[in-house]
Amino acid sequence: MTTSNGGPRQRMNQRLRGYDDRRAGWARSIRTRWHALPRPVRWLGLLALVVVLYLLPIIQPPILTTPDSDFGSVLFDAALFALVAIGLNVVIGMAGLLDLGYVGFYAVGAYSVAVFGSPNSSLGTGYPWLVCVPIAIALSMLAGVILGGPTLRLRGDYLAIVTLGFGEIVRLTAVNSNALGAAAGITGIPHPPGKRPDGTDIFSILNINAFYWLALTVIFIVVFGVRNLENSRVGRSWLAIREDEDAAELMGVPTFRFKLWAFAIGAAIGGLSGSLFAGRQGFINPDSFLLQFSILFVAAVVLGGAGNLLGVVTGAVVIAYLPERFRGFADYRIFVFGLALIIVMIFRPQGIIPNRRRATELAVRTEEVAEGA
Amino acid sequence: MPEHYAADNEPADSEPGTDEPTPDIGPDPGTPVGTDLAKALLELDDVTLRFGGVTALDGVSLNINEGEILGLIGPNGAGKTTCFNVMTGVYQPTSGDVRFRGVRLGRRQRFQITRLGIARTFQNIRLFPEMTALENVMVGADARHNTSVVGALLRLPRHRREEREGRDRALELLRFVGIERRADEAARNLPYGDQRRLEIARAMATGPQLLCLDEPAAGFNPSEKSALMDLIRKIRDQGYTVLLIEHDMRLVMGVTDRIVVLEFGRKIAEGLPEDIRTNPAVIAAYLGVPDDAA
Repeated sequence: MTTSNGGPRQRMNQRLRGYDDRRAGWARSIRTRWHALPRPVRWLGLLALVVVLYLLPIIQPPILTTPDSDFGSVLFDAALFALVAIGLNVVIGMAGLLDLGYVGFYAVGAYSVAVFGSPNSSLGTGYPWLVCVPIAIALSMLAGVILGGPTLRLRGDYLAIVTLGFGEIVRLTAVNSNALGAAAGITGIPHPPGKRPDGTDIFSILNINAFYWLALTVIFIVVFGVRNLENSRVGRSWLAIREDEDAAELMGVPTFRFKLWAFAIGAAIGGLSGSLFAGRQGFINPDSFLLQFSILFVAAVVLGGAGNLLGVVTGAVVIAYLPERFRGFADYRIFVFGLALIIVMIFRPQGIIPNRRRATELAVRTEEVAEGA
Repeated sequence: MPEHYAADNEPADSEPGTDEPTPDIGPDPGTPVGTDLAKALLELDDVTLRFGGVTALDGVSLNINEGEILGLIGPNGAGKTTCFNVMTGVYQPTSGDVRFRGVRLGRRQRFQITRLGIARTFQNIRLFPEMTALENVMVGADARHNTSVVGALLRLPRHRREEREGRDRALELLRFVGIERRADEAARNLPYGDQRRLEIARAMATGPQLLCLDEPAAGFNPSEKSALMDLIRKIRDQGYTVLLIEHDMRLVMGVTDRIVVLEFGRKIAEGLPEDIRTNPAVIAAYLGVPDDAA
């Protein structure tokens, strides 16, 4: 792209963009500044962030740390929530499909690991955790396709209601099926593999940090994949569907197929988080998959800023972390949490970090290319 | 235009023997283009469309010939946009056939029809508002792409090639319609006229042979209109066939090679602009007939 030749019009555009920037607030001006930094600086910044994230449970930063519950396990929960939010963001934020039954896929993932991995389950195969994860991903993806196939012809509220039903159906199936352990659940789910030199397991209840690090690593891999999709024909098709489904179809986008893909990919990520959850708990029962989790998942996406990866991760962390941080308030903590949500939505209705409008971002990139050339 | 798109325009799925001469770009504006002489790109054959008791199209037959600019005019509610919607697969005709390059559109889905080579713009602009102008056009260009989800996930070579091609083509088209400096702005922030142009660029990006413009000059002032006329001619000179719905008579008469007039879902006239201008049926349709003459 070598479009820039720095005329007066170009400068005017830049000024207008600057104005736009100020209106859009701090999130975007930070973004602009970030992209204006030279590439090595950005890489170093990211690297530092990654290192800090990995070290969090060891540093136990004074204000952030949770005095009333184990910081490592709070971090793991937050990471899990973030992973779920990334998956749900594909469905809600990118393709614009309101899914209120996302916990269903999470449950399918967790139960897959439980059924195939636990020696106490009806199958009793007792596969190791690493074998169960691909099965879990495949089965939840399949669940996504089975749910999406007939229902993705519905739009908006109708789809939301059907997915809401799906989440409950999955849970009730688990409650009522003896093969799935009924209300008592399934015990003896395998942990992820690995031994320390001294012979103890790396992943055990005694060492939650390892689970956190695993979840964090999975998040990075998934974010990498989702970003690739976002910046491709697939991501553009999703956005186009979200913006105007009919126009997208008339511009040659096979809308149904791409909606189904969004559902399947979202479901796969949900299933993956479910399998992490099962691997950490070692025991699951239907109470882990209540409707309220679906609602909290959607809340994480909307609160953070649907469509923006960093936003939804932030939203998820906030939602998983705040109630734990304020555990000291005992029964008031949920109240405080709810209040915090309402306040955020009043002041930032588009989310904490709103969906990109890539205008400035792209403009900066264009200049970079022009300079580099 | 990259060769890739030219190659894609060959009818791969239809029978190969359509023995057309090497496509000279656009008909000579001096020669009248009759249905018998030129090759029909799109044919509507006795198309009727009913919604319940309302007959929106009543036995309409018309041909759009390769390389021409065909104007479709008629009073409000005459069925012009409905006609568009039948051609682009939004509605299935109740009876009759729509054939594109001799192939029946049948029950093809809308996105398939677009990929076949018919693209359109909308009477009331329907861009993807939060996406940038460039991304809007790239969505159109993606109609010619086949990157799979896995390919995009792993950034396989085809994905990279198609991304690059799509971006280049999109930029080229933005330049062609004259809004390349807006490439990085969200579509909804574009001025009205540029949004119209962006719609045209997006439709052209799908690599159509037939470009259907639904009132592209609506809300334009005279100077914008004449700029648009230039653009439409330029598009035709690129080898596109253009179907134009338009209310502005000066624009229609100025730019089209041939005109079809609809009224109450029926075709009431067809011919060269100068003939249409003096056709009594058309004048009656537009101005009404005095009671004593009826």
